[in-house]
Amino acid sequence: MGISVEGATKSFGDFQALDDVSIEVPDGSLTALLGPSGSGKSTLLRAIAGLETLDSGSVLIDGEDVSKKPTQKREVGFVFQHYAAFKHMTVFENVGFGLKIRKWDKAKIGDRVHELLDLVQLHGLADRYPSQLSGGQRQRMALARALAVEPQVLLLDEPFGALDAKVRKDLRTWLRRLHEEMHVTTIFVTHDQEEAMDVAGQLVVMNQGRVEQSGSADDLYEHPANEFVMSFVGEVNRLGESFVRPHDIEVVLDADDRTEQGMVQRIVALGFEIRVEFVLGDGTEIWAQLTRNELQRLELREGQIAYLRPVQAKSFNGSSPSNDHGASTPHGNRDGGDAEVSAAV
Amino acid sequence: MRSASSRRSRWGLRTLGLGYLALLLLAPLVLIFYKTFEHGLAPPLDAITSPNGLHALKLSLLMVAIAVPLNTIFGIGCALLLVRHRWKGNAVIDAVINLPFAISPVVIGLSLFLLYGTKGWLGPDLAEAGIEILFSVPGMVLASIFVSVPFVVRETVPVLQEIGTEQEQAASTLGANAWQTFWRVTLPAIRWGVAYGVVLTTARVLGEFGAVSIVSGSRSGETETLPLFVQKAFDNFEFAGAYGASVLLALLALTTLLAMNVLKRKEDA
Repeated sequence: MGISVEGATKSFGDFQALDDVSIEVPDGSLTALLGPSGSGKSTLLRAIAGLETLDSGSVLIDGEDVSKKPTQKREVGFVFQHYAAFKHMTVFENVGFGLKIRKWDKAKIGDRVHELLDLVQLHGLADRYPSQLSGGQRQRMALARALAVEPQVLLLDEPFGALDAKVRKDLRTWLRRLHEEMHVTTIFVTHDQEEAMDVAGQLVVMNQGRVEQSGSADDLYEHPANEFVMSFVGEVNRLGESFVRPHDIEVVLDADDRTEQGMVQRIVALGFEIRVEFVLGDGTEIWAQLTRNELQRLELREGQIAYLRPVQAKSFNGSSPSNDHGASTPHGNRDGGDAEVSAAV
Repeated sequence: MRSASSRRSRWGLRTLGLGYLALLLLAPLVLIFYKTFEHGLAPPLDAITSPNGLHALKLSLLMVAIAVPLNTIFGIGCALLLVRHRWKGNAVIDAVINLPFAISPVVIGLSLFLLYGTKGWLGPDLAEAGIEILFSVPGMVLASIFVSVPFVVRETVPVLQEIGTEQEQAASTLGANAWQTFWRVTLPAIRWGVAYGVVLTTARVLGEFGAVSIVSGSRSGETETLPLFVQKAFDNFEFAGAYGASVLLALLALTTLLAMNVLKRKEDA
């Protein structure tokens, strides 16, 4: 079931959470809403679920306008950052909740719940209470609960935000596999670009209540629409009016007409990657990402003079994303077509 | 050295706290129990099982049976309104809810008297319609409800705030309507706050003297609850009755408290 949002606008008092946002999520896709806190990504997700009412604009699920439908009739599965487990119910009762509401008979509920507990690898924990589970287990329980009623779409609001790094990584791999198996249209919200790129087939980058750009991870990384997207989906240096990624800076020991002179300020070894920080003649600080081998070949020392050659610099005509509403998205988001990405998963 | 002095101060605080409670709360209560059974079980039992004593007990239980459910339903609804539906009127409701705490029960009784009395605002019209409020059970019920309004609200509000709205939102995404969400998610989550409020309400209604005394007229065997019975017995030097009814009141309140604890422990186990 595809989801589309058209011209969504929402404010909380003076704060503009959503400002004329349109997105298009294709049937069966796994899409990430990516952005810093306060960018409106969670509000957008909650609006799709009906947990927020839009000031204007509409939400369509499978072509049907559901804007006026209450949450309980939208058939969306929703997973909350802090699990929202029913604390007074066992794992079994939590997962079976939606089925009980739908008045399934007991035997059928039992079968379905156990099937789901197997899916989320919680078999054997059916009689536990949420307080007896770890964070990762609680979130898997919440996911099973959301999936039990076979929702048309699955919405996850920073689902791994409250978990520690190791569990996060495991769960996101697991979520990607789950999606490959189930093919339910899924949107998940995150502020972590690595997580978004790892899990999602397509990304929607949001900032200050607007969509900055949509596309595949490659698209956004290689062809960012503006400075905000470029710096949000990866590391970036600013060189005058243009921007360059640290791995697109070549460091050489001999000057030519395309190089700039810089002094090595600091060398930080991050395993195989080396971060070399330079200060240029005009005081600009930039850093280059080298491999350990490159560093050894160049024999760089702190305080040494070297020459930098940007291999691939980008400029966005000096426009900053925040004062260039809409136009900064190359695909144009007024027709809602910006998120239709051809790059497959 | 430091641990020794901190241990000393800890024991000092404990002694002070326990001593304060023992002297001011426990000693008088223990004395009542002692006095009650000083001459055996028979005298207090006879006094309580007298027609007037039994009637007082029945009337007290009737007050509980009417006022507690009404205030529980109202209290939960009011707490939901205060916590879940923010609007400007909430500040007013919040303040008004506390009035019974702030106002002396005697004053509450007097205000009901002014409202429903023969020269009150509503009294004459109601009398014409054949409805008797003052010096009868309805007036006593009104007084009992008035004085015990705040407890369930006050105990439920913080619990509602603490559980937040996420569980309720999760229920709605799973297809539950507002009513189902309330019964299956919200109420179970706040149940111990409500239960504690119910216990306090029950104790308050059982023990209420001032307000009920004014609106009831305190007629033995007709409009006399247990606390009024205690007072009348005491005034008439019928100490066995006074002490016996006092102990009965204390036992009733303790029973509700124990019942809640037992239920809670059963569930936690």
